[in-house]
Amino acid sequence: MESILVLTHADESGSALTRHSLEAVTAGKELAARLGAPLTIGIVAADANRAASAVMHAGPRLLAVRGEAFAQARFASDAAACEALWRAAQATIVVAPQSSRFARVMAAVAHRLGGVIDTHIAALAGGDSADVTRLEATRWFYRQRIEAVVTRTARPWFLLLDSGTHEPYAGEAGNAQVDEIAIAVELPALRTEVTGFRAPTQDEQTIRPDAKLLFVAGAGWTKKQPDGAVHVEEAGKLILGFLRASGASLGSSKSLVDQGGEGASVLPFLTHLNQVGQTGATPRHPKGLSTCCHGEEPHVVGWRFIGERRAISLDANCGWTRGKADVVYIADAFQVMAKVNELLKVGS
Amino acid sequence: MATALQIVACAGIVPDPLQTLEPVTGPNGPGLKNEMVLPAVLDPWAACALYEAAALAQKHPGSKVWLVALGPKAKLQQVMMTVAQKVAFELVPVDGPIGGFPDAHSTAAALASAIESIPGLDRAQLLLFGGWESASRGAGVTLQLIGERLGIADQFFGVDQISLRDDGSFEVLERVEGGKHQVSVCAGAPAVLGWATGNLPEPRNNPQIGMSNMRTIMPALQKAKTVALEANSLEYVSVSLPRQQRTTRVEKNMTSDEIAAELVEWIGKDN
Repeated sequence: MESILVLTHADESGSALTRHSLEAVTAGKELAARLGAPLTIGIVAADANRAASAVMHAGPRLLAVRGEAFAQARFASDAAACEALWRAAQATIVVAPQSSRFARVMAAVAHRLGGVIDTHIAALAGGDSADVTRLEATRWFYRQRIEAVVTRTARPWFLLLDSGTHEPYAGEAGNAQVDEIAIAVELPALRTEVTGFRAPTQDEQTIRPDAKLLFVAGAGWTKKQPDGAVHVEEAGKLILGFLRASGASLGSSKSLVDQGGEGASVLPFLTHLNQVGQTGATPRHPKGLSTCCHGEEPHVVGWRFIGERRAISLDANCGWTRGKADVVYIADAFQVMAKVNELLKVGS
Repeated sequence: MATALQIVACAGIVPDPLQTLEPVTGPNGPGLKNEMVLPAVLDPWAACALYEAAALAQKHPGSKVWLVALGPKAKLQQVMMTVAQKVAFELVPVDGPIGGFPDAHSTAAALASAIESIPGLDRAQLLLFGGWESASRGAGVTLQLIGERLGIADQFFGVDQISLRDDGSFEVLERVEGGKHQVSVCAGAPAVLGWATGNLPEPRNNPQIGMSNMRTIMPALQKAKTVALEANSLEYVSVSLPRQQRTTRVEKNMTSDEIAAELVEWIGKDN
């Protein structure tokens, strides 16, 4: 019989579980119900008392690793914490968020425990009438170009869930008695210290994972316009103005980001972190608007997990948008976005 | 005082991103149609790791870079004809299956074994580089599993920058959620660094470096150890291309005002 452990961790505050962790709790609860398996929730947090309150009623068993050493997202301490939580739970299936913190350690933990791991899981299926014990996981290969469903008989099986695949758990909060659920961890010698966080050198944050809209800027913004000149400064103002007014997150094609490294005119607020596509991110947002993009990167790979998609392009024959976008406007993005910004300003 | 570095970069080979990929199922499980004849490139993020390794080695005299790569010998040779012209390294090839479908645990075991067998490698001074994810399997676990097998207790992923200090310690910037970097300071080697894009452009081809590299690459390829990768209980239920095809409305005759109004209404609408 299967047993399920959901591993979660706190955010930078150290006292609240991340949204992504709460999504994993939802996935774990659904899976436990389908498989008829007992559920345990494990928490890694500096202040496990407060972090545990959000999931107090999510499962019958709660375990926590707590203390200042676990305030930092660091390989050695996080791996030791996750290993200790599993040893206390002895689960056959481990579900965890594919966060930067857990993605850094979970394969090593699976190896230590003689288990196996699959990551970037987009969906979990199991407990069907045909075989109530069989668990199947869906994930993508070749940068979101090929979809596969996998299963394994080896246990423990660690599964890291991509963000946005489940609703975050929102049960009634309660007061957790962490003294009763806390487990001891033997830490190895710590050679790494997290000293802080650094935002890219730019005026404001343009990457907003929780935004409803992803705005993708392509290389066309820095190309010569009908008057024969480039208007990079104007492009920058229009894009930033739109991001401020709409709350959208900014993505970029590889060609536009690469221009910075090649010494060409470039939008100063763009970095490799904005890049979507083959060597960039494939973010999940309900809507996406691409502008001045021509190519596979934004329309096929980078947009895989975007719900409604629209594009503004001057190229009526761009084959990449056909069948990929819901609506393509054949127009000058400079003019359209200027009007959009005006309308958003009036409406605010 | 500059420290001599021992850097092992792990890199796979993947189909050129511009190629159309079609999955097929063979006797050994899923693969890509015409996989052996598709033009291949060094995995993009792993290539960034190799270039960063070479740049670091250049700054620290006495340093050495090894490139450990698993793939069919013929494909490795093909890719090395290009890669060898970029930066100086010693190739440690492992002759094995190509593609993203083999199990990551078995791949890691084969690569860890290859690294352990590198003559003269001081593992206490090892910096293990690679891409934080591949462009094939894209799991982001192989490098971590190699590090764990080699007993390396400091690992960093999504790395964009490393700054070495005179005492051997280094500061490292890792990508975290929300477009930020986490800054950590590590006491020094050994460590695993799974690179994102880093900050370096792709080096220009240098025929002299290419000729120098190829002197050791060809004999290494001839002597490459052949490995078979176990499935490790991994079973593929289905492998398919996404079938979703959208009906695209192409608007050629709307004015900028009309488009803007429609977009603002669309943006404001809840799903």
